[in-house]
Amino acid sequence: MSAIKLTIDGRPVEVEPGTTILEAARKLGIDIPTFCHDPELAPNGACRICVVEVERARALVASCCAPVAPDMVVHTESERVVKARKAILRLILANHPLDCITCEKTGQCKLQDYCYRYGISESDFEGEVKELPLDDTNPFYIRDMNKCILCGRCVGRCQEINGAGAIDFIGRGFSTIVGPAFGDPIEESSCVFCGMCVDVCPVGALIPKAGVGKGRPWEVEKVKTICPYCGTGCSIYLHVKDGRIIGASPDFEGPVNRGHLCSKGRFGWDFVHSEERLTRPLIKKDGVFVEASWDEALDLVAEKVRDLLNRYGPDSLMGLSSAKTSNEDNYLFQKLMRSLGTNNVDHCARL
Amino acid sequence: MKSEQSQKRKILVCCGPGCLAVGGREILQELRTKVAEAGADIKVEPVIKGTGCHGLCEQGPIVRFLPEDISYCRVNLADIDEIISQTVLQQKVVERLLFTDALTGRRVSSQSENSFYKKQLKIALRNTGEIDPLNLDDYLERDGYRALAKVFSQMDPGAVIAEVEQSGLRGRGGAGFPTGLKWRQCARVDNFPKYVICNADEGDPGAFMDRSIIEGDPHSVIEGMVIGAYAVKAHRGFIYIRDEYALAVKTMLEAIRQAEARGYLGRNILDSGFDFSLEVVRGGGAFVCGESSALMASIEGRVGEPRAKYIRSVERGLWDQPTVLNNVETWANIPPIILRGGEWFNRIGSEKSKGTKVFSLVGKVKNTGLVEVPMGISLRELIFDIGGGILNDREFKAVQTGGPSGGCIPADMLDLKVDFDSLAAADSMMGSGGMIVMDERTCMVDTARYYIDFLTEESCGKCSPCREGLKRMREILNDICSGSSRPGDIEILEEIAGMVRESSLCGLGKTAPNPILSTIKYFRDEYDEHVNKKRCPAGICRELTTFIINSEECNGCGLCKKNCPAEAISGESKAPHVIDLSRCTKCGNCIELCRFNAITVK
Repeated sequence: MSAIKLTIDGRPVEVEPGTTILEAARKLGIDIPTFCHDPELAPNGACRICVVEVERARALVASCCAPVAPDMVVHTESERVVKARKAILRLILANHPLDCITCEKTGQCKLQDYCYRYGISESDFEGEVKELPLDDTNPFYIRDMNKCILCGRCVGRCQEINGAGAIDFIGRGFSTIVGPAFGDPIEESSCVFCGMCVDVCPVGALIPKAGVGKGRPWEVEKVKTICPYCGTGCSIYLHVKDGRIIGASPDFEGPVNRGHLCSKGRFGWDFVHSEERLTRPLIKKDGVFVEASWDEALDLVAEKVRDLLNRYGPDSLMGLSSAKTSNEDNYLFQKLMRSLGTNNVDHCARL
Repeated sequence: MKSEQSQKRKILVCCGPGCLAVGGREILQELRTKVAEAGADIKVEPVIKGTGCHGLCEQGPIVRFLPEDISYCRVNLADIDEIISQTVLQQKVVERLLFTDALTGRRVSSQSENSFYKKQLKIALRNTGEIDPLNLDDYLERDGYRALAKVFSQMDPGAVIAEVEQSGLRGRGGAGFPTGLKWRQCARVDNFPKYVICNADEGDPGAFMDRSIIEGDPHSVIEGMVIGAYAVKAHRGFIYIRDEYALAVKTMLEAIRQAEARGYLGRNILDSGFDFSLEVVRGGGAFVCGESSALMASIEGRVGEPRAKYIRSVERGLWDQPTVLNNVETWANIPPIILRGGEWFNRIGSEKSKGTKVFSLVGKVKNTGLVEVPMGISLRELIFDIGGGILNDREFKAVQTGGPSGGCIPADMLDLKVDFDSLAAADSMMGSGGMIVMDERTCMVDTARYYIDFLTEESCGKCSPCREGLKRMREILNDICSGSSRPGDIEILEEIAGMVRESSLCGLGKTAPNPILSTIKYFRDEYDEHVNKKRCPAGICRELTTFIINSEECNGCGLCKKNCPAEAISGESKAPHVIDLSRCTKCGNCIELCRFNAITVK
């Protein structure tokens, strides 16, 4: 099928049929706000913050769901659109705690960003506000449903990507909440703690526990690396502040995982700063491990390798590397083994 | 009194929802017993049938005699002996059981003399009230399944669609989408299997059109659906009935069983080679499941929430397959259209709304009930001629059309034509056919609050404008009605309502602000009085009401004093009475009862 031509904010654009207005706008670098939109999930159209004005359409149109049509004329920031977005933000804010000063999400909260963008500083409604207990009994993340804006991305990720189906919408209307069946705590559900819900939450409703109080988003350096656990090789970011890791998140551009991650990669980095972690080599002497220097240990290994090579040949050697080292380290390790004349090299993640 | 010997004697006892509630079933049983006892003395023993709704629900239970065409209303078990001795044995009329025409004040014996029925034209309701819904032969006697036979013997699917298109029939569920076009769009899609669905999730407060058709004439819906399925080449259909409609579910299940047994459903229907099976799905009672995409989600076993509708269900509906969904009344219109031709149907009604529409006419109107009128009839005719005018001859104030998401139309628009486009132009809508008449003792702010209450409860919560907007609008309306509103509240209501209408995901949210917007549009003074003067002119909002007795008008009859539950009214007989405001609970009994308009709202 031929490309569709349309105009967004006065600028012409050509896109493939089936493209949404949102995608077409992004192609032009136009930033339409979204809460519920998730490129990996089926279009939802729930939050409505992405509404735009399409000429000749009666109502405003949710740009995340609506496909483009030939000669469509779209206005993404018209007065009508801005008015609707402001009203939506005021309504959401009326039922959202305003503890931004201490909220972990401050600085990367979409609600905060859009309120800033549209100049909404407080809500003018003095009605009922949600008062739900915090669910923080699991070791990985805090669920504060008072902050939830019901965008549904967590539900979609859990069902459509992970397949765990641990959470869904409960109740209806204003009393709708997201949670496991029967209001059980999350650790009693089918949740596998992959944390993908945490990664996509646009507000502070889902917060990783380990990083609480340890640093603001803008103080954190995000270091791109490969998850050290299994052989999949997911791209992740380690969140580092003052030389210490305070969190991890998936790389949404990562070619292997595209933002998917499991509980180990997402939450299992605490070993790095563990007091029990080995920091020096140990040599077994008389049946007991004794701390040694690196020179001492490497000399011992070299001596043993040379001895075995001389006595039995290269195939008497086998190298086993750790999954917790980087791919680069593992590459060098197999290179070392092969330079010693053997292909006997393996990796614990295959075991 | 005309009497045709050739015509079989029949006694029809209304067992529609209204009449059942006031003992229709017991009347039917008693008549059967007593007629059987009297059997030896009757020349021709009549057939006694329990039928669907006769329409005049307010006067139930209704018993009708054919061929004499005598209708009795408000029949009691105690009346049966007299009915047997007079009407059954001697074909004489029992005057006191006759209906009193609200317009003329005279007692009338036949439906044709009754102004409630005079301006009605029954197409969708053609059999309701005439036949025993559980007797397939009754249906067959009145041209039942003849349209289906005609389709199979003379028409290809394209011809069926062309006929429906020519009729101009538009969806009776409320949106008014052209039915023939919907079928054509679905037929065009080359993707199988396809499905047809009947939406019987009637959820509007005060509406009982669809249940009356299913309970009174289920086979017309089945026949319509088989024809529709044939037209779009679907072989499986669903009827989604809300579970509260226990009788409708039971009746439809039995009708399907009968149709299957007689070869009108199932494999190789009427030897045509066409297969079609039909299932009843019971809805769990969520109002939003009447919305087509939520309804389909519910049939699939998922949570009944709407989805963004940029993909039409005629292309991807139930289980993502092409689906035609029509409302009960739409389906019931199909057999007569096929049988009598689209051209015949097209001649009825107004320019862009063809045929008839069934309404449940309720509220402060004399003749409450189920009516079917040609499109384009005026509200005045509907309310004052058919409805007989306002109860207790009070002033008409407004009529609410279109269900909870409809709007209130004021008195100066009584000559508005009732059709899809005129109602929409008046900021209301046709909806599925609820029509609630309101008199001067109705507070329009309170009315808006009632509907917003309902919609807030029924909002599914998926999209933020509807979920959060309705909640806040409800809170503001509560404030206005309880006297704690602030200046500017009306403007905030308008602003939020406008956004909810523009930005919501589904039809429920998009139309939910209508009760507010239409009452503000037509009754803004009343809102202003509530907000600025803290006064409810209708005397309904208790915190804003003070009743007083006008001493010049009060003649001291004492009726108000006698009926005041709070004992707040005092006064000597034949002397003006007074209300002790410290005791008055503002229930409004006094103002309702006073025949001299002596009680007013301060």
